Amino acid sequence: MNVADSAPAMNNLIGSDADSQRTLYPYVTGTSVVGIKYKDGILLAADMGDYLACHDSGSYGSTLRYKTVERMKSVGKHSIIGASGEISDFQEIMRYLDELILYDNMWDDGNSFGPKEVHNYLTRVMYNRRNKFNPLWNSLVLGGVKNGQKYLGTVNMIGVHYEDNHVATGFGNHLSRPILRDEWHENLTFEEGVKLLEKCMRVLLYRDRSAVNKLQIAKITEEGVTISQPYSLKTFWNFAAFQNPTVGAEGSW
Amino acid sequence: MSSIGTGYDLSVTTFSPDGRVFQIEYAAKAVDNSGTVVAIKCKDGVVMGVEKLIASKMMLPGSNRRIHSVHRHSGMGVAGLAADGRQIVARAKSEATNYEKFVFSLVGFLCLYFTSSVKLGVYGEPIPVKELAERVASYVHLCTLYWWLRPFGCGVILGGYDRDGPQLYMVEPSGISYRYFGAAIGKGRQAAKTEIEKLKLSEMTCRQGVIEVAKIIYGVHDEAKDKAFELEMSWVCDESNRQHQKPLNVPTIRVPGSDDVLEEAKTAAKAALEEMDAD
Repeated sequence: MNVADSAPAMNNLIGSDADSQRTLYPYVTGTSVVGIKYKDGILLAADMGDYLACHDSGSYGSTLRYKTVERMKSVGKHSIIGASGEISDFQEIMRYLDELILYDNMWDDGNSFGPKEVHNYLTRVMYNRRNKFNPLWNSLVLGGVKNGQKYLGTVNMIGVHYEDNHVATGFGNHLSRPILRDEWHENLTFEEGVKLLEKCMRVLLYRDRSAVNKLQIAKITEEGVTISQPYSLKTFWNFAAFQNPTVGAEGSW
Repeated sequence: MSSIGTGYDLSVTTFSPDGRVFQIEYAAKAVDNSGTVVAIKCKDGVVMGVEKLIASKMMLPGSNRRIHSVHRHSGMGVAGLAADGRQIVARAKSEATNYEKFVFSLVGFLCLYFTSSVKLGVYGEPIPVKELAERVASYVHLCTLYWWLRPFGCGVILGGYDRDGPQLYMVEPSGISYRYFGAAIGKGRQAAKTEIEKLKLSEMTCRQGVIEVAKIIYGVHDEAKDKAFELEMSWVCDESNRQHQKPLNVPTIRVPGSDDVLEEAKTAAKAALEEMDAD
């Protein structure tokens, strides 16, 4: 301890010892999650790749270390959550949510937390952690159906939250949402919704360096939650510009 | 039957010359005067039923719960002083949650309020029913050791389903806890126990058990002494996916499948009662 004064207020200031108490950078991260409302409920898509960050900042890039991590989970009876960012923080968020849902179940008053309530709870948790300079390093998508009402929202590590007909995290915001703004409409069927999500995920696959070609689609309707088995998208690389890439540059490397 | 423990019954820290602690026995009397709680362990689960005596016609049906979920896989039926019962249930909930996951959140903080020590037992699996019963019993017993605390005036029947199958425990105000395949506490316990002994529990499923428990409760209810009562039931069995569920008796609340079970049980019980009266 470099300071003899151990008053609690000091712990909140950014200091060299205090750094070990808070998240500085994420270590195992997942990439974008994309979500849309459709006729019967909500569809979420996320890939299954998790990257291990480099050891000292900036030298080695990162390694695709985990390829079977499920980044989408169901929450209670009415919601699903998809997370990008630090996976260990997502696991911690799941513990908070499991406890929340358990207490709600035990209360047993005929009502159960819907997606709006869970989203609000998550927003409070994320914002309060941010204010203590110890954020949960995630961007979350929260969607669900309760009593016929569809709900889709997002919240990220600084506590920014909103709901919309289509949401995405990370790169998805830049690459997928423009597509969704043009092509999303009310009352998409399930097949149309999946096709639209696949279109978004394909663009992410081509352009996001941390995307991986193994994705899952999660669906939630009034009846319940289904998370699909992982599958891959077809990609096309046979562009003329990729044939004979070294033409005109023989002798160089 | 009741002996006067003059002079030796003023404190729970005093023994009588014949080795009894009268305060604990008096606490048990509070349990004996309350509505009956009956529970049976069937082949595939545990069924619990409570004869909830209605104090006033203005009470809303479904209020004043006597059966509480303690965790996903277990529930507790309470007889005796209701307020004491709430405290025991709260403690049991806290033990169960801490055993599985110790989460340092706001809700977890409230748990700390109830448990005097932070048990960093993050075992990652739902608390075994035996362990939960031991912890509850030990807490109830704790309150019989100090002169500045009074014993709990309630008995508790704990039914749960874990790796070792369905189990049923009963905890008395003295802190004694035994495992049972059929248990009853409260006013009609003698009659209820006789009825339970007649049942072939090892061959019964919970669906049948629900009807039997309803029949027992309707049977032991004393129409002359206490006018109205409400039947509250719950089960935890294979059919309920090993979750503690209530076939609720409030019309506005629907739990899939179980509302019919409760109504079915009530009709069968009333019919059985009429049959008995007809003889």
